[in-house]
Amino acid sequence: MVYSVKASLQEILLRKKTSIVDKWVQRFLSYYPSESMKFLSSQKDRFANPVGYTISSSAGAIFDELVGDGDFLVTELLLKDVVRIRAVQEFLPSQAIRFVFDLKEIMRSEIEKEAREKGWRDEFSEVESRIDGLALIAFDSYMESREKLFKIRIDEVKARSFQTIVASGAGINNREKRNGD
Amino acid sequence: MAGPKLKPEELASKIKYNLPPNGWMDQPVEFREGTFNYSGNPKNVEYLQLPNPRKWQPTDPDWQLPENWKEIILEGLRDRLHRFRSLQIFMDICVRCGACADKCHFFIGSGDPKNMPVMRAELLRAVYRKDFTLAGKIFGKYAGARELTLDVVKEWFYYFYQCTQCRRCSVFCPYGIDTAEITLLVRELLSLIGVNIDWIVTPVANSFRTGNHLGIQPHGFKDSIDFAVDELESITGVKVEAPINKKGAEILFITPSADYFGSPHYYTLLGYLALFHEIGLDYTWSTYASEGGNFGSFLSHDMMKSLNAKMYAEARRLGVKWILGGECGHMWRVVHQYMNTLNGPADFLEEPVSPVTGTKFGNARSTKMVHICEFTADLIKNGKIKLDKSRNDNRRVTFHDSCNPARALGLIEEPRFIIRNACNNFFEMPENTIKEQTFCCGSGAGLGTDENLEMRMRGGLPRANAVKFVKEKHGVNFLGCICAIDKATLPPLMEYWVGGVDVGGVHELVGNALIMKGEKERTTDLRGDPLHIEGNRHV
Repeated sequence: MVYSVKASLQEILLRKKTSIVDKWVQRFLSYYPSESMKFLSSQKDRFANPVGYTISSSAGAIFDELVGDGDFLVTELLLKDVVRIRAVQEFLPSQAIRFVFDLKEIMRSEIEKEAREKGWRDEFSEVESRIDGLALIAFDSYMESREKLFKIRIDEVKARSFQTIVASGAGINNREKRNGD
Repeated sequence: MAGPKLKPEELASKIKYNLPPNGWMDQPVEFREGTFNYSGNPKNVEYLQLPNPRKWQPTDPDWQLPENWKEIILEGLRDRLHRFRSLQIFMDICVRCGACADKCHFFIGSGDPKNMPVMRAELLRAVYRKDFTLAGKIFGKYAGARELTLDVVKEWFYYFYQCTQCRRCSVFCPYGIDTAEITLLVRELLSLIGVNIDWIVTPVANSFRTGNHLGIQPHGFKDSIDFAVDELESITGVKVEAPINKKGAEILFITPSADYFGSPHYYTLLGYLALFHEIGLDYTWSTYASEGGNFGSFLSHDMMKSLNAKMYAEARRLGVKWILGGECGHMWRVVHQYMNTLNGPADFLEEPVSPVTGTKFGNARSTKMVHICEFTADLIKNGKIKLDKSRNDNRRVTFHDSCNPARALGLIEEPRFIIRNACNNFFEMPENTIKEQTFCCGSGAGLGTDENLEMRMRGGLPRANAVKFVKEKHGVNFLGCICAIDKATLPPLMEYWVGGVDVGGVHELVGNALIMKGEKERTTDLRGDPLHIEGNRHV
């Protein structure tokens, strides 16, 4: 089921976009050791700091699609890039994609006052459902990355076994292997 | 990773936002599968007559170290401080300016502060201070000194096998501290108590035994070269000669063994064979010096010296005039920066002169060893070979400066000159990721194992990130490089981070473009892929 965000809530979320996105990026980076976080958040060169750049350049676009009504077309690609990084770093799976859920808490605290004044409850649960949708994409991306990693590892082991056989002088023709690559 | 089932709020509560309660000295290493290398096979540790051969793994609680392990390490450090002035200087001179801190690919990709080069070196410096400086002896921790404990040994093992000795950090150090040398010396110290990794010990043992790191015997070597000769003939219609162990040849050619056994290295081998034939080079392969790669340089200066000596012993035995070296990485660091004092100067050889162009390679006057990119660039410059660039039109090429040729040998322009003459489509990656500032593949110096894959992906992220950029901007589909470890480890790196980018050598591109006398019309490149695929063109 595709949820949509009510216009009035949408408007206020977009107004607070900069603040929400900044906090979200900072929270994302806060999972790294503090000595590294400074570098990850301050170095703006995309080649000197691919981790910081990837999250900070993606967060805004992900946010836009989240509060919009449409599908997560761009988000899917961007989230994949972000999660691909987390999937090989020193995180448990839950830690790796937790940043998606953080968005709920950050959004809530940002619009708390207005939400109370206007008596929004159901409206916000729609946003939260869309965030859950993001989490599912993140979960798929995480598994895709890990499975790719396992496949690469298996391929390396196979290649090495082949080299060992050839090195032992068994006389297997190289062409067979290369053509099978 | 399966643990007790936790509720979401319990999971969330496990995440800490604050500084760890302990300082960096009190955070023991945790060995997690995918982020470290397995230990050295005791059979090969014994073969190399290294201390303490035994079965063990880093995840074991007991590493079965000798009883006096601490004494051995401290004595080893004392000895090396005395013998190597550079080490003493590196221990004392660092002012913690931080210029190196964010330059390491492992730090950039992992966010682990102990991968900052200054911090990695600090792991040794703190122990040095404790036992070798007055301030450290008196003030201890307050002077940045640290007791050598088993946890420290484990930390050394973890982090000094997370350094690929690429020396990017050294480019930025105002004092020129060579972190790769610190890494090498700590690995030496660890080896004194039997702490080694298998992807170094076994290749070194193989190199001693059969001449190459895979342990290929002479008949296997010959089979492989003969097969390549046949395959080249089927592609080009030209039958080339590939002399092996030919006494009195003018030149000995030494290249990494992966060139004749690995893929995609093999296509570079076809390129060499085609080139040497076309210029009528009087050269020979050797079954004894059948490895350019010096795995000894990942383990200790003694091993580095022995394996380097082998190449020169073979040059002497065969009576050649000089040595031509193939697309190898760290071989060139050893040759260019260490050979002269390890085993040289090689006075029994002659100053290299190209037999085709007459060019004198004065830069190799002492080592008598010329890089194939210098050699080929000189051929092109003097118009001695004909290249049809359009045969590489199915490739949109970028070039990864392999760390050691770029930073240790200063080989920056030659490979680019060759590529520009062999291809129509060449695109540079951003300046701060190439040339002297090139980002490592993340798998050098013995770290390129399957068990260490997760760590390799972290370390390779900055390189892959720059490739992804030129792929998206220019449609790049070929990553050229001149190092065997690159050719082995960049393909999986591309597969994980980028996709759709092949990896290959510069001389593969040369072999594709080379117009050979008497050749048949080429319909494929050296990989057997059709030339000029429209779909591969960037629009």
